[in-house]
Amino acid sequence: MLARRIIPCLDVRDGQVVKGVQFRNHEIVGGILDLALRYRDAGADELVFYDITASVDDRTINPDWINKVSAVLDIPFCVAGGIKSVSAARARLEAGADKISVNSPALMNPDLINELSAAFGAQCVVVGIDSFEDGGAYRVKSHTGAADKTRETGRDTLEWVGEVIERGAGEIVLNCMNRDGVRRGYDIAQLKAVREICNVPLIASGGAGEVAHFEDVFKLAGVDGALAASVFHKNILPIPALKSDLKSKGIEIRI
Amino acid sequence: MLAIVDTGCANLASVGFAFERLGADKIITQDAEVIGSADHVILPGVGAFDYAMAALRQRGLVEVLQNLTQPLMGICLGMQLLFEGSEEGVADGLGLIKGDIKRMETGDLPAPHMGWNTLQNITDDPLLDGVKSGEYVYFVHSFAAPVRDETLMSCSYGQDFSAVVRKDNIYGCQFHPERSGKTGARILANFLKVKS
Repeated sequence: MLARRIIPCLDVRDGQVVKGVQFRNHEIVGGILDLALRYRDAGADELVFYDITASVDDRTINPDWINKVSAVLDIPFCVAGGIKSVSAARARLEAGADKISVNSPALMNPDLINELSAAFGAQCVVVGIDSFEDGGAYRVKSHTGAADKTRETGRDTLEWVGEVIERGAGEIVLNCMNRDGVRRGYDIAQLKAVREICNVPLIASGGAGEVAHFEDVFKLAGVDGALAASVFHKNILPIPALKSDLKSKGIEIRI
Repeated sequence: MLAIVDTGCANLASVGFAFERLGADKIITQDAEVIGSADHVILPGVGAFDYAMAALRQRGLVEVLQNLTQPLMGICLGMQLLFEGSEEGVADGLGLIKGDIKRMETGDLPAPHMGWNTLQNITDDPLLDGVKSGEYVYFVHSFAAPVRDETLMSCSYGQDFSAVVRKDNIYGCQFHPERSGKTGARILANFLKVKS
């Protein structure tokens, strides 16, 4: 049976893993390799590295840290942030990333998804979507990396999900912004609505705070994986205990 | 010496690193002579069937791969290239194993088949020494080889398919051993012990 995936997300800036509080006051959590190994040993199924280095430029990108992560990790990992072109994606994949994830650049230039999918295959193209619930409607936001730069895109989340799949996305990470960082649980209603129209793997993001939240998102929303950051970084939910709890509740989990 | 065939595909680095972690002496190459004289050969691959076959043709590597007598292992798309063809494209495969690769019939399940899935129906073979039924490995694919005489172990996602195949000195691994934790590393280490 295919296992549901538990995916820690690591924000990377200037060679360190950081964690911001409401996108500001980034604290250093630790070294990239140290954390990658820690999560691998804890039983993470996959890692996502989100490169939040300011003013990322394709020409100056140094995928050196990706190379180092690839050398030590024997689980898959995805790299997100600053990927605006096929060549930027290629540099990261050749450095050893298994998947690349695009968000704002895909909203600015949706053809990017088709180009990435044609160049590397849908299986390594992840589209991240930041979705905000507003009066029962789900709206896509872009440039959410900095609170003062966040933009309304005017796009409906369900329509955008349909479009990115049509364009060749192989996986979707849905970040429910209303729940981000508040640890009150994943947005089950929204994830269920997306699941109904999403025939590629769907990863839930935003809101994880306790074991029951993971149980609910797998059982009620039927997602393929659950992504979280702060509960893992702060060791509020140690991954081995989380995974054995979920398995004992009848969820297919890799131990 | 282990030769990893440079197919121009994106996961070359990860495959190379997996063998480095095992302490293996490896070279990533598209030189037919180096490949022909290696002790073991790995054919990695991600992407599309026709594109990958075209890359092998362009590099003049089809014949050398078809005539290897030493152990050869195809990984993921590299495994699929070992067959005669694929529903994914129109190009001829290497034809080292009879039959074609089929699109997976996954029904209502999400596709591609992506994530950790369990191995089952394990055949007694030195390649799988120490690997037990129920162990998880990491898959990412939409096409697969049906279960057949050459299947050494299978996996199930909507349907049963070949997870590992072997015909004489030719091995194929549908999942990514380089990203499959200790189970994947064990299979790669076993492969390095297989003699011509």
